[in-house]
Amino acid sequence: MRLDSKVPAGPIEQKWTQHKFEMKLVNPANRRKYTVLVVGTGLAGASAAATLGELGYNVKAFCIQDTPRRAHSIAAQGGINAAKNYQNDGDSIYRLFYDTVKGGDYRSREASVYRLAELSVDIIDQCVAQGVPFAREYGGLLDNRSFGGAQVSRTFYARGQTGQQLLLGAYSALMKEVQNGSVTLYPRREMLELVVVDGRARGIVVRNLLTGAFESHVADAVLLATGGYGNVYYLSTNAKASNATAIWRAHRKGAYFANPCFTQIHPTCIPVHGDYQSKLTLMSESLRNDGRIWVPKDPDDPRHPNEIPEEDRSYYLEETYPAFGNLVPRDVASRKAKDQCDKGRGVGSTRMAVYLDFRDAIERLGRETIEARYGNLFQMYQRIVDEDPFTQPMMIYPAVHYTMGGLWVDYNLMSNLPGLFVAGEANFSDHGANRLGASALMQGLADGYFIVPYTVADYLARVQPDRLDGAHAEFRAAENAVSDRTRRLLSIKGKRTVDEIHRELGLLAWDKIGMSRNRKGLEEALSEIPAIREEFWRNLIVAGENEDLNQSLEKAGRVADFLELAELMAFDALHREESCGGHFREEYQTPEGEAQRNDEQFAYAAAWEHQGDGQAPVLHKEELTFEVVTPTQRSYK
Amino acid sequence: MGKTMNLTLKVWRQKNAQSKGRLETYELQGVDADASFLEMLDILNTQLEKRGEEPVAFEHDCREGICGSCGAVVNGQAHGPMRETTLCQLHMRHFNDGDTLVIEPWRSRAFPLIKDLVVDRSAFDHVIRAGGYITMRTGSAPDAHAIPVDKEEADVAMDAAQCIGCGACVAACPNGSAMLFVASKVSHLAHLPQGRVEANRRVLNMVAQMDREGFGNCSNHYECEAACPKAISVEHIAKMNREHLRAALKPTGS
Ligand SMILES: Cc1cc2nc3c(=O)[nH]c(=O)nc-3n(C[C@H](O)[C@H](O)[C@H](O)COP(=O)(O)OP(=O)(O)OC[C@H]3O[C@@H](n4cnc5c(N)ncnc54)[C@H](O)[C@@H]3O)c2cc1C
Ligand code: FES
Repeated sequence: MRLDSKVPAGPIEQKWTQHKFEMKLVNPANRRKYTVLVVGTGLAGASAAATLGELGYNVKAFCIQDTPRRAHSIAAQGGINAAKNYQNDGDSIYRLFYDTVKGGDYRSREASVYRLAELSVDIIDQCVAQGVPFAREYGGLLDNRSFGGAQVSRTFYARGQTGQQLLLGAYSALMKEVQNGSVTLYPRREMLELVVVDGRARGIVVRNLLTGAFESHVADAVLLATGGYGNVYYLSTNAKASNATAIWRAHRKGAYFANPCFTQIHPTCIPVHGDYQSKLTLMSESLRNDGRIWVPKDPDDPRHPNEIPEEDRSYYLEETYPAFGNLVPRDVASRKAKDQCDKGRGVGSTRMAVYLDFRDAIERLGRETIEARYGNLFQMYQRIVDEDPFTQPMMIYPAVHYTMGGLWVDYNLMSNLPGLFVAGEANFSDHGANRLGASALMQGLADGYFIVPYTVADYLARVQPDRLDGAHAEFRAAENAVSDRTRRLLSIKGKRTVDEIHRELGLLAWDKIGMSRNRKGLEEALSEIPAIREEFWRNLIVAGENEDLNQSLEKAGRVADFLELAELMAFDALHREESCGGHFREEYQTPEGEAQRNDEQFAYAAAWEHQGDGQAPVLHKEELTFEVVTPTQRSYK
Repeated sequence: MGKTMNLTLKVWRQKNAQSKGRLETYELQGVDADASFLEMLDILNTQLEKRGEEPVAFEHDCREGICGSCGAVVNGQAHGPMRETTLCQLHMRHFNDGDTLVIEPWRSRAFPLIKDLVVDRSAFDHVIRAGGYITMRTGSAPDAHAIPVDKEEADVAMDAAQCIGCGACVAACPNGSAMLFVASKVSHLAHLPQGRVEANRRVLNMVAQMDREGFGNCSNHYECEAACPKAISVEHIAKMNREHLRAALKPTGS
C-alpha cells in the first residue's frame, strides 16, 4: 500500500484553515447515532472525548486507572509551549514550527508541525478559560520560562505540576460531558484487542480489571490515545501502567508502526541506585535554565564537589555549545553526559552521573527565587537521594522518557486502517527523531481538542451508521483470542515473575537499543529478544486467577507485548543507517561526535507492517519533503 | 548500597468485598534503606509470587507523588509517618531495623474495599462530575490575556488545585469526611474570575453530591490537613463554607 500522508495543497500557513473548510460535517441531529470509542484519558484522550461529547457524538471513554485523572500525563512537570510571544522576545508561529522541525532533526512532517505551532496559541486560551492556574506575573498576566532547544521564553507552566493542572482541566471538561450524558466512562478497563470488520476499525475488546470479564464495544470509529511505550526499557520516567498493548494489538491487526526506534532519553533524571529500583524520576528540564552542568576535570578528584574550584571543573556543555550552553536539546545533552561517564569522568558512587549545580544561580538570584521556581523539584530530589540541592550540586543521569515513534497516522491523525485514529504520544507524528521539551503536552492537547474532533467528523460523515453489534463473528473471535491468551499466561506456572523478565528485557534494550546503538549490538538484540520471549512463555509465574483484580496478570499481558515491540525497535534501528536526533548510530557521526544524518537515503518515516509471528515486517516509506525549512546539520554552537 | 533492615509486616489481606479480611504477618529481610515503601512491597510481592502465593494488591502508578493512586494506612497513619509525603515517596530510611509495620487500606464508608489495600474511590469522580468544572466549549475561549488574574489569588488557586485525589483526607478523618477534597476544587475555582458566574450552582451541587456519597460530616479535627501529602490547608474548607452559605442564601437557579 502506498502511504499517502493526505497533506492538503496550498501554502503552509493556509493548509489547515483550508482543510477545515473542506472537511465534511455531520448534521447535529445525526451525531448521536455515531459511536466513537476513545481509549485512554490522558491529555490527548480526555480532551478528545470531552470535545467529541460537546459536539454531540455518543462517546465511550476507557482507561486503565480507577479514574481519568490519574493518567500518566499527570506527571508532566515543566510546562507547555505556545507561540504567544507574550514576552515580546521574537517568538512566532513560524519560529515554533522551525524550532520543532529542527529539534526533530528533520524527520517530521512539515505540514503537521506547522499546524501544531498554529494551534499552540488556542490551547493556552482554552486552558485558561477552564481555570488552569498557570503561573502569573504581578500584572496579572501569564509568566513564561525557557526550555531546551529554544532561544525564546515560550513555555507556560503551573509550578512544577503543569501536566497535573492541564490534565485536571481536561478531566473536568470530560466529567462535564459525563454529567451531560454524552460521554460514558469505562475506568479500570484495558483494551486487549482491536476489532476490524470489512477493513474498518469497528471496535475493541477490553478486560474489566475488577471482574476479568471480556467486553466487546462496537463503534463507528476508534481513537487510541494510550500514550508512549518507554516502559519497554523497564526503568523509565513513565508511570508504571504506561504500556504499548493497545497500539501493539492494533499493529498486529494491520496498523503500521512508524519509527519505533525513535525514543527519547531525558538528560536530567535521578541516577539509578539499586537493583530493586522500580522507576526513574525525572528532574524537570527547566532546571537547566538555572543549573549548570559539570564534571571534575580530574576523574579521580577526591574532593567534595563544593570544594572543587572553578578551574578544576569542566562545564562541558557551555564549553562545547556556547550559543545554547546548558539549554541544548535533550538528545545532545544526554549523549554528552554519557560521553563524560564513558570517559570515566562520571561522579557519585556508581560513576554514572554528572553534577547539576545551582550554586551560581542561588548567589545571583537568591535562595528565595530558586525556591519559588524549583522548590518542589528540590524537595523531590532530597526525598529520594537524601541530599539537599540548595547546599550541594544535584547528581543527574539520562533516562528513558518519551517515545517519538508510534502508530503511523496521516494528516488527519488516521492510521492506515480506516476508522482508527491515534492521538498524543501513541502516534508517531510531530516530533521527528527528537522531541523538544514542553511540546508533548502541546501536541496531546492540539490533537485532542482541535484536530481529532474535526477529522473524525469528516470520516463519520462518509460512513453510514449500521446495526453491527457485539455478536458479529469478528467480535466473538477477538474475545476468544483474548480469553485464550489470558488463560495461557495463567497456566505457565513457571519460576520467574513478570518483573524479573521485564527487567532482563529492559537491561538489554538499554544496552543495545538505548542512547547509542551499533550494528553489532542491534544484531545481538535481534537474536536475544526472541530468547527472552521464549523464556517468558515457558517459565513465567502469574499467581491468582482471571476473575479477580489481578495486577500480575495485567503486567504479564503488557510485558508480552513489549517483548514483541522491542524486536521491532531493534529492527528499525538497524535498518536506519544514519544518526538523527535520539537515534544515534555510532557508525554515523561527524568528526566532532555529532549525529550524522543521511538525507539522501533516510529522509522518510519508516512505517512497518506486521507480517505474522516470526516473519520480518514490511517497510513502507513516507517520504519527507521540506518545502519551507531547509535541512541542515543541526548546530547549537 | 545503603544500609539494610529487617522488618515484620502485618498486611491487610482480603480477597474481595464479600470475604472477611485479616492481618497477615510476613518477615522481610535485607530491605535497602534507599528503597521506597512501594519498592519494599514489590520485594515482598516477588517473594510471595515465588512461593506461589498471591501478591498483595496495592494501587500505584506514577511513583512520584502526583497521580494519587497509592495510599495505605501505616501504623495508623495515612501515607505513613512523614508529613507531606505520599506512600510512593516515603523511603525506608525513615524506619528502623526490626520495626513492625501494620499496613491497612483506607477505611471509609464511601470507599468500599476491592481487594487487600485497594479501595473504590469513584465517589470522588461523582463529586467532580456534579460541578467541579467551568462550563465552556472547546474553542470558545477569549485570548488568555483578556482577563488578568491577581497573582496572589492565582497562587492560592494553585495551592488548592494541587490536590491529587488520593483520599488520605477521608481516611484520616474520624468521621470519614471529604470536605478537604471537595473544598480544594471549590476553592481553586472560587479564587479565579473564570467561571464565577456558575459558582453558586457549583458549590451547591458538589456539596449535595458529597452528602449523597456517604461521606461523614466535618467536625474540625483537622486530621485531613495533617495527612494531606500536598499540605492543602483547611482554610480552603472555610472558603468553601463561605461560598456555600452565600449560594444557599440566594434564590435557586442563580
Ligand atoms: C516525568 C515526565 C515529565 C514530563 N514533563 C513534560 C513536560 O513538562 N512537558 C511536556 O510537554 N511533556 C512532558 N512529558 C511528556 C508528556 O507528559 C506525555 O508525552 C504526555 O502526557 C502523554 O499524553 P497522552 O495523552 O498521549 O498519554 P498518557 O497520559 O500516557 O495517557 C494514556 C492513557 O491511556 C490509557 N491506556 C493505556 N493503555 C490502555 C489500554 N490498553 N486500554 C485502555 N486504556 C489504556 C491510560 O489509562 C491513560 O488514560 C513528561 C513525561 C514524563 C514521563
Ligand atoms: S503512585 Fe502516584 S502518587 Fe503514589
